[in-house]
Amino acid sequence: MEDLEGELGAMREYHDGGNTRDASWRRAQLRGLLLLLLENQAEIFSALQQDLGKHPAEAYRDEIGSAVKSINYALHHLKGWMSNKKAKLPAVALLTTAAIIPEPLGLVLIISSWNFPIGLSIESLIGVISAGNSVVLKPSELAPTCSSFLARKMPLYLDTKAVRVIEGGPAIGEQLLLQRWDKIFFTGSTRVGRIVMTAAAKHLTPVTLELGGKCPAIVDTLSSSWDKKAAVERILGAKFSACAGQACIGIDYILVEQKFCSALVELMRVNLKTMFGENPKQSRSIARIVNRHHFQRLKSLLDDPKIRGSVVHGGFMDEDDLFIEPTILVDPPLESAIMEDEIFGPLLPIITLNKIEDSIRFLKSRPKPLSIYAFTKDESLQRRILSETSSGSVVFNDALIQVRS
Amino acid sequence: MNGVYCNSLEGFRPISGGGRSLIFRCLFTDKSKLPLLPAPASCPTISLCLCSASTSAVHPVMADNKDVFDTREASLLVRELRSIFKSGRTKSYDWRISQLKGIERMMEEREKDIVEALHLDLSRPELESIIAEISGLKSASKKAMKELKKWMMSEKVKTSMTTYPSSAEIVPEPLGVVLIISTWNYPFLLSLDPVIGAIAAGNAVVLKPSEVAPATSSLLAKLLDEYLDNSAIRVIEGAVPEATALLEQKWDKILYTGSARVGRIVMAAAARHLTPVILELGGKCPAIVDSNVKLEVCARRIIAGKWAANCGQACISIDYIITTKIFASKLIDALKQALEESFGENPMESKDMSRIVNLFHFKRLVGLLDEDQVTDKIVLGGQRDEKLLKIAPTVLLDVPEDSQIMQEEIFGPLLPILTVETLEESFELINSRQKPLAAYLFTNDEQMKKKFVQNVSAGGMAINDAIIHVTVPGLPFGGVGESGMGAYHGKFSFDAFSHKKGVLYRGFEGDSSLRYPPYTQKKQTLMKALLNGNIIGIILALIKWYGK
Repeated sequence: MEDLEGELGAMREYHDGGNTRDASWRRAQLRGLLLLLLENQAEIFSALQQDLGKHPAEAYRDEIGSAVKSINYALHHLKGWMSNKKAKLPAVALLTTAAIIPEPLGLVLIISSWNFPIGLSIESLIGVISAGNSVVLKPSELAPTCSSFLARKMPLYLDTKAVRVIEGGPAIGEQLLLQRWDKIFFTGSTRVGRIVMTAAAKHLTPVTLELGGKCPAIVDTLSSSWDKKAAVERILGAKFSACAGQACIGIDYILVEQKFCSALVELMRVNLKTMFGENPKQSRSIARIVNRHHFQRLKSLLDDPKIRGSVVHGGFMDEDDLFIEPTILVDPPLESAIMEDEIFGPLLPIITLNKIEDSIRFLKSRPKPLSIYAFTKDESLQRRILSETSSGSVVFNDALIQVRS
Repeated sequence: MNGVYCNSLEGFRPISGGGRSLIFRCLFTDKSKLPLLPAPASCPTISLCLCSASTSAVHPVMADNKDVFDTREASLLVRELRSIFKSGRTKSYDWRISQLKGIERMMEEREKDIVEALHLDLSRPELESIIAEISGLKSASKKAMKELKKWMMSEKVKTSMTTYPSSAEIVPEPLGVVLIISTWNYPFLLSLDPVIGAIAAGNAVVLKPSEVAPATSSLLAKLLDEYLDNSAIRVIEGAVPEATALLEQKWDKILYTGSARVGRIVMAAAARHLTPVILELGGKCPAIVDSNVKLEVCARRIIAGKWAANCGQACISIDYIITTKIFASKLIDALKQALEESFGENPMESKDMSRIVNLFHFKRLVGLLDEDQVTDKIVLGGQRDEKLLKIAPTVLLDVPEDSQIMQEEIFGPLLPILTVETLEESFELINSRQKPLAAYLFTNDEQMKKKFVQNVSAGGMAINDAIIHVTVPGLPFGGVGESGMGAYHGKFSFDAFSHKKGVLYRGFEGDSSLRYPPYTQKKQTLMKALLNGNIIGIILALIKWYGK
């Protein structure tokens, strides 16, 4: 990493010269990102297929399409975001005005993740650029084709004096974290989140940490077959069709009443066949596990015979192809790793309860997840979930889609 | 044995502890910098320290035989408060209102006690205490009570075609158990203002007041116990050991007011638990003075923003002034005039100015004045009295930029004036330094105001006045860069201690299988159209879709 400090110093000078402040510059960068996506779709599909085995439909839905939508949203609202907001003054303050004025922070570091390597990198860039900052993006080295795509293409569409891509793994990450930034935006695990915040503390750098957790789906006993079908499709879609469960807001596990469990499992079996066919591996609609390390990690979650015994569907794994088929478990032991750690893979434990209301107590004793999903028409249960549990966000009767609303 | 010890969390180890006597020694490398300092006679102490932290406060500690508040105690405290929070007690509107009312009653009924404690700790004149701390807190609690229902309401949010049909809202919820670490210069205000926010947002709270203002610290402990729900709101008094024990726990938020150096320590401790923090730090707050101002008004406001603000010991007080070379002498004359009107011929005897908080800071400030190349730049004041811990309002002209007085936050009654050829040069001067908590400009030139606001970065700004901008509840109070992160005051206090939870409501109607595998070409076309939100595209795609 030759002269990182010199490079960053030059970026800071360019930023301090006011070059990134005008709305016209910000718009130009946002349009650049838009063109980058629209003009390189084939290459993006191929990179995502290469790194993660993502089907183009999934790639479009979760990465290109949603990023395009967010860029257009930013372009539409930029003027409003940039404008000063008048602040109310007490009546006694005559002949005085007050305003809140947004200004860029300066030089921002984005550390992106591997599961939505194009989409999440671009989403982070949109905010940083809209606010008028200069930025260094470090894409995840675990999605190397996508990382190299960004490194090659971004200089062609964006102002390289203010927007840079620095590729690399933990060693580069460490070096970057030693520098002084005006903000760090990190997407990844809680373990690395702590490292990032600790490094940021040395320079009093504010951070935004997008981490994860075990996002539960509370599934109430539904009576209408239309509702049941819709719910099961949404659950399976959110678990298995978004990067094969490797998503921070993917459904991690399910909570359901004992008496509804077998009906739920049956419905899931039927719908899995519709979605992925008899031979899911050949359907090419399920993403692959990102690398051998995570494959081994997921495999070992099922190692214990007690866990193996709780598998009711699936379980097939192919290490050469880094493929794990959609797998459902019922009531694995709560102290097992699969119920303690964030799964981040296509294994779906179902935990049964006596009453669905018990799910609230269940959740309260656990760390706050990024998202809670609840499939229920019972308004009082909805209200209780909302007020008695805490999470990044809550979605009723759907999953994943909240990030696209 | 008399002595003082450092309020520093770094390199600090007890060498013998327990029971009545606690002896600490700082392990800083440059021990030659400060000799053992005798403690102010008013506070008996039993601790001893040699330390060289330039901006940390050195203070006495009370000897007593209560158990040391250690990690185990801190962990039990947090566990207890968490179960109180989990019971839902602090979430109710009624509980929050009752606590805010308690604070309001406390300020009404115990004003005398508060003013007395502030006077003991800081020799603060009564009127300044009432204006700066008591009335500030009264209006903060009043505003919170008035607006709380509104603040607690969910905010409806627009949804797009992609999630049709759906509705969405942002729901504020309390974070849980929060820690507020306060400071010594406005010890009441800076303790209770964040507490008001934390309570309004429905949290359980632990407040650790600064031991450098011991009378206020112990009064806070007594009053909060008396007037508020002490099962959910606690005060932990103490110094480094207590603060360290508290910082080892997992909090849902920490708000720290103090120095950048300790701010780093707080953030690093918070990082271990991924606890978000608000750091209200400081910096060198500059005031640019143009020549087209109404000089007498300007001079009075500068005094209000410097010497009448706790004798310059305020994070937002004017640290230094920049003005043009030709205007400097006029400004100095005006200041001299206004100072005499405010504090009389002999300011050292005036009862209207606070004293320096303790001997450590007194010696630090005198050191700034006595530096070579700086002493001869004094154009007003310079007198000092170690026994009374008083330094006269002092103005200096064109001290060297690399002098210590221009390197560190002054936090005292010394006002350097730097001169430039043209006022625009002042922007460069300010921007070449760390971003301060506040920046001020006195001018009648509209263009100059625009350029200042556009080109200078600071936590907050006031034009043609100083420090008063923090009394506007509609403006966020907080720093940027070295001067801090996060903000509070008014609704920002409520937001500071809340989590804004995004909620999306969907029904089961209107679902189609197009989101899920198997991914057919038709599905992909429709999906593209939906994501683009393009009505024509959607209609065309739907026609193709249903025309199968």
